[in-house]
Amino acid sequence: MSATTVKNIVNQPYKYGFVTDIESETVPRGLTEDTIRLISAKKNEPEFMLEFRLKAYRQWQKMTEPTWPHVNYPAIDYQNIIYYSAPKQKKEKLNSLDQVDPTLLEAFEKLGIPLSEQKRLGNVAVDAIFDSVSIATTFKEKLAKDGVIFCPISEALQEHPELVQKYLGSVVPVGDNYFAALNSAVFSDGSFVFIPKGVICPMELSTYFRINNGETGQFERTLIIAEEGASVSYLEGCTAPMYDSNQLHAAVVELVALDNADIKYSTVQNWYAGDANGKGGIYNFVTKRGLCKGVNSKISWTQVETGSAITWKYPSCVLVGDNSVGEFYSIALTNNKQQADTGTKMIHIGKNTRSTIISKGISAGNSQNSYRGLVKMGSKATGARNYSQCDSMLIGDNAEANTFPYIQVDNNTAKVEHEASTSKIGEDQLFYFAQRGISEEDAISMLVSGFCKDVLSKLPMEFAAEADKLLSLKLEGTVG
Amino acid sequence: MSDAILSVRNLTANVDGNPILKGVNLEIKAGEVHAIMGRNGSGKSTFSKVISGHPDYEVTGGEIIYQGENLLEKEPDERAKNGIFLAFQYPLEIPGVSNLDFLRVAYNARRKYLGLEELDAFDFEDLVEEKLKVVQMNPSFLGRSLNEGFSGGEKKRNEILQMALLEPTLGILDEIDSGLDIDALKIVANGVNQLATPDNAFLVITHYQRLLNYITPDFVHVMYDGRIVTSGGKELAHELENKGYEFLDEQALAEV
Repeated sequence: MSATTVKNIVNQPYKYGFVTDIESETVPRGLTEDTIRLISAKKNEPEFMLEFRLKAYRQWQKMTEPTWPHVNYPAIDYQNIIYYSAPKQKKEKLNSLDQVDPTLLEAFEKLGIPLSEQKRLGNVAVDAIFDSVSIATTFKEKLAKDGVIFCPISEALQEHPELVQKYLGSVVPVGDNYFAALNSAVFSDGSFVFIPKGVICPMELSTYFRINNGETGQFERTLIIAEEGASVSYLEGCTAPMYDSNQLHAAVVELVALDNADIKYSTVQNWYAGDANGKGGIYNFVTKRGLCKGVNSKISWTQVETGSAITWKYPSCVLVGDNSVGEFYSIALTNNKQQADTGTKMIHIGKNTRSTIISKGISAGNSQNSYRGLVKMGSKATGARNYSQCDSMLIGDNAEANTFPYIQVDNNTAKVEHEASTSKIGEDQLFYFAQRGISEEDAISMLVSGFCKDVLSKLPMEFAAEADKLLSLKLEGTVG
Repeated sequence: MSDAILSVRNLTANVDGNPILKGVNLEIKAGEVHAIMGRNGSGKSTFSKVISGHPDYEVTGGEIIYQGENLLEKEPDERAKNGIFLAFQYPLEIPGVSNLDFLRVAYNARRKYLGLEELDAFDFEDLVEEKLKVVQMNPSFLGRSLNEGFSGGEKKRNEILQMALLEPTLGILDEIDSGLDIDALKIVANGVNQLATPDNAFLVITHYQRLLNYITPDFVHVMYDGRIVTSGGKELAHELENKGYEFLDEQALAEV
């Protein structure tokens, strides 16, 4: 492949890097108790919520940022971040999509997420979040007929405060870790999902996160509850404009599955990753955890992580209910100077609990990509089983892949299996494809899709093809 | 000459800065089968890699004209799409990519290049089933990952299957006989014989005369220290088998 082609492809711009010109309402830079009171007041929150936030803030102040991840970045000045930014809307409360500022609708349309009635995705309900607030949720009424609640968490705090109060912080306590504490103090919006007893959610639910403002942190909070026998599949997507500076994204996601409930949570993360020299990009420091509270419950995480300058993320399952099942299927792709330290925790507490971990890390360019995972078999988790498979693929000669597995077994009836492999896409493989008339781009995309097949097949159908395409796009021109 | 498929003139090439090919001359016409023999390290395999455009091999001089065009200007995938096929000595194992998908993408890449309509998955499967007969391969190989866990013989048969699908103008077989038992060797050789037509040509690279009992060459060339030092008819192969390659050393010494 000639040098110019490589250059052209590498220089292909990040498709979602545009900025929407819209007037925003922001709070002053920095974080104090007053900032938190201001955010809470803006949202007209119930008293318990303010208490929750303040408690988190006070804990956060006593904590220090974790340094154990295998990533490097300059110190973050937490007093230089704007903790709340909302696009100015003409009306305070929106009753229908017609009242949403057309600029916002256009922005989402440009991202491939049409919100208007005629164009929206057939069987997917979307909650669209722009900077700190949710601007629209589709199919709300249709879902309500089945008793499904799908709305911004700020709205849930008004309409269903008892549900939020019962479950918020029950999986990720306010002081769980540095970034979760920060999120608990300042989170502005996110999605709330409640699937009542026995209901199989009739459509895919999805949230699309968009960071627009260059100086705002995004701190969204997602809470999903599936009652006894309920079932739901949820997907989140993320993009951000290209800025030279870094933006902090510290989200918390909590999932609760009661007896026989089933939650499938999929992520396609494509935040701006910074340029080829590592300038700019999102710091994606996220806490995601699911609680399999009831017997026979199941929580499944599938993630395709392709963006962000730095990713620090370990979607986990706490398997409390007997016979409950936790799954983690992950593709983490890093290129240029991206850094990712990602993996999962499977905490087995109940009897005969089972977990599966399939992790596929792809590192290209000068990036570093680490898998970090904990499998813990508690003393009462008799008959528990785990199977882990961690595969790394290196593209080119300057990328780095690491695997940090942690295994703790406190009872002798539990079984833990761990397999790992490392492979490399090298010149010889590409030459073999080229000799059969297959271009370098097609070869890499076939090799990567093949490598990721086990995980891509776990994504909801509508998004699997999209994710596959995204992977190839991100890797074009990585082997010179 | 209008029927020349390949003309190689004074070709020199380096690997890692070391000269391996030191002035190769060769002319191949349509309908011909050529064999290049020589011991390990003589430059035979390098020659096949240079023709097909492997990036590790640096051409330092001379020219390769393929169907009237300068081949050295073309990228490896372009050369393939123009009808040059290299059957690898060590076909690579590609986990996760199914044999069938690989074959279809390769086949359609060539079709597209030739301005023909690409075949859909169903039509392509019918075509492959037909071609499997050429190498007596079990259809179950199509569903497996490309070459992964294939035996040596199965890999080589899979190479010939690819060749049967892509119908090259110039088929190069790089030590296709290495690691094959006699039955597999016969199947592979028979496959190649079925593909030979008056319009295409084959270049068979081998260490041993054995293969040439099954694929009869029109010309045999002996490569020594990066050059073709002797050429002749198929009887030259037998001569080499009897004499061994040592006489070449004596010849080389005599020249000093």
